[in-house]
Amino acid sequence: MASPSKNILLSAAILGIFGVLGATLVSLTWTATAERIALNQQQAFLRNVYKLIKHEEIDNELLKDVITIHSPALSKGKIQVYRARKQGEPVAVVFSPVQSPGYAGPIHLMIAVRADGSLAGVRVLSHLETPGLGDKIDDSRTDWILDFEGKSLDDPPIEKWKVKKDGGVFDQFTGATITPRNIVATVRKTLEYFGKEKERLFKQPAAPPAEPPFH
Amino acid sequence: MSYREIIRNGLWGNNQALVALLGLCPLLAVSNTLINGLGLGLATTLVLVLSNGTISFIRHWVRQEVRLPVFVLVIASFVTAVELAMNAWFHDLHKILGIFIPLIVTNCTIVGRAEAFASRNPVPQSMVDGLSMGAGFTLVLMTLGGLREFIGQGTILSGIHLMFGEASRALTFSFGDDFHGLILAILPPGAFFGLGLLIALKQVIDKRNARRASAPQAEPQTTTATAEG
Repeated sequence: MASPSKNILLSAAILGIFGVLGATLVSLTWTATAERIALNQQQAFLRNVYKLIKHEEIDNELLKDVITIHSPALSKGKIQVYRARKQGEPVAVVFSPVQSPGYAGPIHLMIAVRADGSLAGVRVLSHLETPGLGDKIDDSRTDWILDFEGKSLDDPPIEKWKVKKDGGVFDQFTGATITPRNIVATVRKTLEYFGKEKERLFKQPAAPPAEPPFH
Repeated sequence: MSYREIIRNGLWGNNQALVALLGLCPLLAVSNTLINGLGLGLATTLVLVLSNGTISFIRHWVRQEVRLPVFVLVIASFVTAVELAMNAWFHDLHKILGIFIPLIVTNCTIVGRAEAFASRNPVPQSMVDGLSMGAGFTLVLMTLGGLREFIGQGTILSGIHLMFGEASRALTFSFGDDFHGLILAILPPGAFFGLGLLIALKQVIDKRNARRASAPQAEPQTTTATAEG
């Protein structure tokens, strides 16, 4: 029999070979799929956007006309702002993702604001809310989130930007108040941010991020 | 072991979810709808077949001392490859199952079959074992998922379009939006209750079959039982 040290070396070599083989398999698969995955992510993102703003309303390349903002008061983490234009004129901006605190974890929102300051709509991109309670914010579960469409800081008046339980106009859910309350607050803050920074949001030179859009 | 035996073991006799109780983490987490169950089940089955085949193929060259790390390497590589492929071709489903696909690596069923079967049997048998163990696991996932979504949200096959395209959306059965299901069924405890019931059901069926097989001896006992009752 071989000496112990030789045995150890042999075992290590076998393990090493399988490490290399495994890494090769993974990198080959990655090469074969990377382009498709990036494309999927872009398309999934655009599908979401076109639910809020019709495709015909936009003629610029949304995925390239992007700036990144940081606003700790509005959202943890950075937000990408996609500028939708038609013949160079501002149509809307899409904030994505805006992070709102949820009941069970962060909720990522896509918030589209038209150039006149009204909401083109809001969608939930990801959440960790309780199934059957907080997950009613998801447009595949209920239509609650569609209520934001067309609303602005004047309609309803700013002091009514609350859930009904707090004296506002937005519905809450039986058994889940925190989730809708936080989303209403985040959407209101986004509108306020847009009101203050509108000029800059449309004018700042585009700087598309390297990573694919969050969706 | 004959193929017939291997298949019966995977689907029933040694069902990984109902008998071996392996892979509980993904089983309980993903079984909230039938389609989620099917998606994770298929991914797990694919990994099982690939890893069982590979491990059986290399079983003579891998030394005893390093066999488990090698198994884990093989399994982890396949899982990553399957995850990437799923992200590329079933993007929406991948979004739902996203965090559970990497967890297939930690599904004890896979390393369990590698160690208990594939490392001791020829390649064809090992792949059939992987397929039938995976199928058994998938069936339990689907049954549990179907039960939970039916009781919890009053639908069957919701989300089927994520897997089979928009055309299949019509296959979704629903009680309508007014249905207020038993939310407990969708929550994690519902998964435990559901699995418990399925295991109990399997026990009942097994017992009944055993009794039928040994009918002559069992008969007197049943009569006394009825007499007492």
